[in-house]
Amino acid sequence: MMQIIKRAETSKTDNFKIRSIAILLSLLILAVFLLIIKLNPIEVYAAIVKGSFGTAYSLRQTLIRAIPLIITSLGIAVAFKMQFWNIGGEGQIVMGAFAASFFALKFPDMDKLPLLLIMFCAGILGGGLWALIAAVLKGKCKTNETIVTLMLNYIALKFITYLQYGPWRDKNSMGFPKIPSFSPSATLPDLFDINIGWVIAIILVIIVYIFMKYTKKGYEISILGESEKTATYAGINIRKTMYIAIFISGALCGIAGVIQASAVSRTLSVEVAGGAGFTAIIIAWLSALSAPIIVVVSILFAALLEGASYIQTALGIPQAAAQLIQAIVLFFVLGSEFFTKYKIKFKSQGMQKEVK
Amino acid sequence: MDSITSFLAAAVVAGTPLLFATLGEILTEKVGNLNLGVEGMMLMGSVIGFMAGLNTGSPVIAMLAAAIAGGFGALIYAFLTISLRANQVVCGLTLTIFGTGFSSMVGKKLIGQVTPEKIKVFFVPKRIPIIGDIPFIGDIFFNHDVFVYFGYIVTVLLFIYLYKTAKGLNTMAVGENPAAADAASINVSLYKYVNTLIGGALCGLGGAYLSLVYVPAWQENVTAGRGWIAVALVIFATWKPQRALIGAYLFGGLDIIGFRLQGIPGFAVSQYLIDLLPYVVTIVILVIVSMKKSGKNSPPAGLSNPYFREER
Repeated sequence: MMQIIKRAETSKTDNFKIRSIAILLSLLILAVFLLIIKLNPIEVYAAIVKGSFGTAYSLRQTLIRAIPLIITSLGIAVAFKMQFWNIGGEGQIVMGAFAASFFALKFPDMDKLPLLLIMFCAGILGGGLWALIAAVLKGKCKTNETIVTLMLNYIALKFITYLQYGPWRDKNSMGFPKIPSFSPSATLPDLFDINIGWVIAIILVIIVYIFMKYTKKGYEISILGESEKTATYAGINIRKTMYIAIFISGALCGIAGVIQASAVSRTLSVEVAGGAGFTAIIIAWLSALSAPIIVVVSILFAALLEGASYIQTALGIPQAAAQLIQAIVLFFVLGSEFFTKYKIKFKSQGMQKEVK
Repeated sequence: MDSITSFLAAAVVAGTPLLFATLGEILTEKVGNLNLGVEGMMLMGSVIGFMAGLNTGSPVIAMLAAAIAGGFGALIYAFLTISLRANQVVCGLTLTIFGTGFSSMVGKKLIGQVTPEKIKVFFVPKRIPIIGDIPFIGDIFFNHDVFVYFGYIVTVLLFIYLYKTAKGLNTMAVGENPAAADAASINVSLYKYVNTLIGGALCGLGGAYLSLVYVPAWQENVTAGRGWIAVALVIFATWKPQRALIGAYLFGGLDIIGFRLQGIPGFAVSQYLIDLLPYVVTIVILVIVSMKKSGKNSPPAGLSNPYFREER
């Protein structure tokens, strides 16, 4: 017979052990899968590492990829802490980028610093307000935020497509449907050969960490996530707290959008988010919604993405492999959480054996 | 056939993948499992179904393969959420990412391939005798391919299963109050597993309709968010199969309206703006349904709460 018993408490080392075993197991399963499709798993893993950290260039590329992931994951984590399932990161990134692009394209000859500041303010408002739509609908009409944020993703993407093919189309691009490129003053500068977004990311990590851990509002957000009833008894204004948290969540995604548009693509396009909004959900969850861990996990995921584009050229493996790897790792981590909360006892004829 | 009739008939066709996915998700949510992996399961079904069809030339095997692929996706979700009690929302999202990656990985070599002639012939629209001759209605509903008719049958079967059989009542008991169902010696986990798996199989079939019949060729990300619209349609349908039929065809109509309106001379609104419509309408409908929530139209009481016998 098998019996499931709740653990009283799990130590941090146990927790870490169980998660590590889960990740190792997932890599093992992937290796089997790779063997089935006749690829050498060691070669593939080595290629991913080489493609992401192997040279100074690839390391830089990995870090550039990590910037939007870190910032978006922070945003998602704030919402998830409140059990508000914001899966609209993608749309919020796009709308942040859109708002910033509006000023970048309208005032290309403005001085660099004021223009960039305006772009960031616009991005914060764009992403934040876009997310706020879902929060207000949930607050006023009790709609399901998961679906609303998701629909808002599609609306944002189609809207950009409309701009790209319609009113914002670059007239000098010889019929190619694209939005004009940003002027040099609308482009973020580099620091140590990486766009300055990495400095912004680090600052945001610190701010979010302090906000969630040491401020009253941050504490209220986590209470609200634990139990709405407790929050009500404690006299927390539920709606207001939710609106603030979700605005922050969207604003962070918006900032990521500004950085991507200004420093990486130097224009606005539907690819500006590039799946970061979805990857961020996984990162936030794997990091247990903790800001410092998000940095580490984001860099690992960026490495995976960068490595995946390397193996596409080097070994001819489709880039979608990265998605598959992410999902399988997450499946295992999700499953492993069971073992941090429970232990299984096997009973057989007087003998008892405990398995973790 | 005048243009309105042909538009409505096309709406039924465009709504068929949505119908399958919505029915699948209704069944899943009826046992208290909110599976947000619909999009992923549809993609898995569409790529595996297409591949099976391409290799065997048999429409039946293609549909079976699609159902199994969708069911396999649901199995991952079911194992994690039912047996290992993981968070339903995150598991569902991960399943969508998994399915998306899986389908573009497997489908890489299929891009540009077209549904084999044998299957195309099988899915040629056939008018049903007698009822197909009813003016207007016959043209809209009874002049389609077998897959569309199969959608009608599944809807009816699901309705009978849920409301007219003991097993269906047990299913709903599990979703409303798993502890009470358990006390009444209903095997809660078994019901959750079976319904979630069948739900996944239906989502897989919905995906297969897209790649095998609707397009009919393999293209990456063929579902284009239809899985998510299906999740919203479940709420629109207030968890009732008969209403899923209305919702799916309504959204099928929205899906194609942009393309149709472009054909009208003097119509000046950009197609890209009309493409927004299904998503905007989804939100609007969601708001309306959520605002007038009555006891009859509410979700299963146990939705998205995991059930642990030990923690009652």
